[in-house]
Amino acid sequence: MEKNIFGKIKTEAHSKASTYLKILVVFLAVLTVYQMVTMDTGNKDFFTATSDTLRNINTVFLSPMLRRDTLGGIINVLMVTLCIAVLSTIFGAIFALICALLCADNLANKKVAAVVKAIVAVVRAIPTVLWVLIFAVSAGLGATAAVVGLTFHSFAYLVKAYSEAIEEDDKGKIEALRASGAGFMALVTQAIFPSCIRMLVAWTFMRFEINFTNAVAMGAAAGAGGIGYNLYMAGNMYFDLREMGFLTYVVLIMVIILEQISTRFKESVK
Amino acid sequence: MQPNSEMNQFLRNKRLSTVIGIAVIFVLYFVAAFVTNFKMNVAVMSFPKAANWIAKYMIPDAQAIERLPRIIEKLTETILVSVAATTIAAVFAFIASIFGSASTKLPKFVNTIVRVIAAFFRNVPDVVWAMILMFSFGQNLLTGFFALFFSTFGMLTRRFIETIDETSKESIEALTACGASFPMIVFQGILPSSISGIITWILYMIETNIRSSTLIGMLTATGIGNLFNIYYNRMQFGSASLIIVLICVIVILIDNLSTIIRRAIN
Repeated sequence: MEKNIFGKIKTEAHSKASTYLKILVVFLAVLTVYQMVTMDTGNKDFFTATSDTLRNINTVFLSPMLRRDTLGGIINVLMVTLCIAVLSTIFGAIFALICALLCADNLANKKVAAVVKAIVAVVRAIPTVLWVLIFAVSAGLGATAAVVGLTFHSFAYLVKAYSEAIEEDDKGKIEALRASGAGFMALVTQAIFPSCIRMLVAWTFMRFEINFTNAVAMGAAAGAGGIGYNLYMAGNMYFDLREMGFLTYVVLIMVIILEQISTRFKESVK
Repeated sequence: MQPNSEMNQFLRNKRLSTVIGIAVIFVLYFVAAFVTNFKMNVAVMSFPKAANWIAKYMIPDAQAIERLPRIIEKLTETILVSVAATTIAAVFAFIASIFGSASTKLPKFVNTIVRVIAAFFRNVPDVVWAMILMFSFGQNLLTGFFALFFSTFGMLTRRFIETIDETSKESIEALTACGASFPMIVFQGILPSSISGIITWILYMIETNIRSSTLIGMLTATGIGNLFNIYYNRMQFGSASLIIVLICVIVILIDNLSTIIRRAIN
């Protein structure tokens, strides 16, 4: 029986994969420890800051109160944020559908697919907030720039999701249709869409949920309007923690509703 | 005759659902455009304008190259904070997910409590965490670290629970049937069978966190996000563009690296 250096019986199989895994875990642990030890924390006393944080969390979440806005006003800005998410999801989905058909393995020309994939990788790598700020220069700060900026990431995310959904489609069916002389459009509308449409809708709704969260953040960081802007003003301008708490709960309820719907969607597809 | 009319009915229904689908999208578009005051012409025109502007101003200049060491320093800091926040959150999330997973056969209410806590941390916007922390921790890296930590913890707990439910159910049942103790089940059953799924999510979260730390940095005046904000507001677009290019390169590198790592450990 094989024994290890401590004379105990070896109980695990040693493979290359498990060695790589150990190296990765150690590497992440070393980086983390190094960062935590050397992190510049200013001259803040950790314990006072922590107890302050706990007190603030208490105020925000346990005594929320609406003091500056009316409930109607809050519902209005919530709708603005939702609609920014709707618009960027629609635009992202339209562009993504076209590109996904161009880069799914079972449909596409290899060279075209490589180009599309490279574009998607670059679009995805640049943070949403930077896209919004780039377009804020030409479209002005506001909802339009936010929609355009959010569309970029929705596009990149959905191209990946859609093309994977299309790739799962039965290869034999596509070959059979091709052999019988069906053109690209016929192939897409008669074979691909009917079998993937539910999957595509589920992914789109999942992205809508993410876009809502991002639209809140863009309101705060890039002045894109909506409930995120109110959150930012309540926190950074008026230091009104109780108002912030109220707004947070409004966002929280909305996100949880969306999450529930998208989970149902996902399960109905499976 | 009969099959033909059935065929026609089928085609008519199909056409009808296509028309309804497109109509719904149009209605959604018009309502949303009205509510947000979205201008299609401005949006379309912003593309050539932005392209023009990028070609003209978003080119790293001599000043930007001079600032390269400082930008790289801030970028490294941001990457390290993202890694640290993700790794530490992953440890807590793994412990939480053991209690949140239905496969471990713990009492139902324990599962529910963990899931509710995770949903709370995941869904409170980053913006709110950033501002709450900023009040007490001030403008330093620890603020960004905790803001990332909270949302990552919520997200990873959800994903780890899904992973454990998908991969470890059988090994847990088998070990329970042999009378294995709880720690044995965790370290000999759950951890080995779910580890590759867990690592995949950790790598994905590190990449996501590098991107979202730009945003958190802007709100908490720390790291690379703050540096970008400073250059952008001073209209020093050459330096700002260098930051965009570097973030883009780093994220693509890490994305490819994690694909390689995932292949190596599977």
